Amino acid sequence: MSNKSDQPSMDRRQFIGGTVAAAGAITIAPGVILHAVAGSEEPSAGASSKHRWGLVVDSNKCADGCTACVDACDEEHNLISHDRPQTDAKWIRTVKLKDKLTGKINRLVMMCQHCEFPPCVDVCPTNASFRRVDGIVLVDRHRCIGCRYCMMACPYKARSFVHEALHDQAVSAPRGKGCVESCTLCVHRLDYGNMTTACQEACEKEGHAAILFGDLNDPQSQISQLLLKNNSTEIRADLELNTGVRYLNL
Amino acid sequence: MRSSFLRRKCITSLLAGIALAVPALQAEAESSLVTEGSEAASLDACVAPTQEIRRYHMKYLKHDRDEVVIEGDRRVKYSLAACVNCHAGTDDAGSYQPVNAEGQFCDACHDSLAVSPDCFQCHRTTPDPKSKKLSSSALDRLHDQMLDASTHLDSIESQGLYANEPAGIQRD
Repeated sequence: MSNKSDQPSMDRRQFIGGTVAAAGAITIAPGVILHAVAGSEEPSAGASSKHRWGLVVDSNKCADGCTACVDACDEEHNLISHDRPQTDAKWIRTVKLKDKLTGKINRLVMMCQHCEFPPCVDVCPTNASFRRVDGIVLVDRHRCIGCRYCMMACPYKARSFVHEALHDQAVSAPRGKGCVESCTLCVHRLDYGNMTTACQEACEKEGHAAILFGDLNDPQSQISQLLLKNNSTEIRADLELNTGVRYLNL
Repeated sequence: MRSSFLRRKCITSLLAGIALAVPALQAEAESSLVTEGSEAASLDACVAPTQEIRRYHMKYLKHDRDEVVIEGDRRVKYSLAACVNCHAGTDDAGSYQPVNAEGQFCDACHDSLAVSPDCFQCHRTTPDPKSKKLSSSALDRLHDQMLDASTHLDSIESQGLYANEPAGIQRD
């Protein structure tokens, strides 16, 4: 296709994005950091395997009763509710875990864990489920036949099936009846240089800052530093899927 | 003798009339293909020469969708969202009409050709008020790529249309 070499590389854009983010981070209250949107609005020249995008969710900071991230995700991707909670599409959901012995309750958000070895990709008969080279697990709806094997295979119950005909979808999240879908790590933002997911943005706005998005491959990134200094948990680590979403204080 | 001369004159003038009328009809048919009131109606040409887009838009879109979805390359030239943004017409009240609604831009051709593409089962049919990515500046950039459209058209005519078919994507 077109000549790719004359385009700015991902590294350059990330450097610029990082610089802008560092300059634009303002502390408006203790624990509340408002990040300037680091979007250069330059379209991505393609995903790069130099990055591995992931999330860290801090269970201690995830506030009981708060659904800001879920609402933000619904709003961002136009996930319309039909008042049927059993079948409504949910890309992120809140979960409570109770330790039966001590009674301690942990709260966390669960979404696609963006595994390095995703079971959904293994079972997909049409190659619609795929892992992008930068670690984001996606569904190519052009290929999805709606068989839902991936939903059966996912140990995290992270995927939804669209049961109803849709209209007025978000232009950044085309979706329709008969396809399986799940969290995209806000790939439409990332590809235009915006390094914040909708859920992270909403969580920070609420003042909890329980969700952090970043590059797990970059040792200097905020997310890597956080994981370096704290004990983190990979849910169902026994399956050895090497998830891109990690949990703190779980 | 006189009557046959008159008949010949009559036929000649009829033929001349048809010869003049056909290009006029063609011109009218061409102009009515773009929905009135859409942004496209105010522009000289599409993101590629009109003839080429009419013939190959489906192949271009299919090729670029794989680039975007699988490779994550968002710099593609052909985007369905850009088609919708530019070609969506408005009703009397000024609100956008779905491009696949009866008589609208996509439907008008697809209906007469009896094809039913599935694009709009998932894709939005009107410009998205929430989207900033396909703002007028993005569209301007697309139209900047049109600057060499005339030379491109020349090359199509010299090489034949098939020389410009997009290459397939190799996937494992």
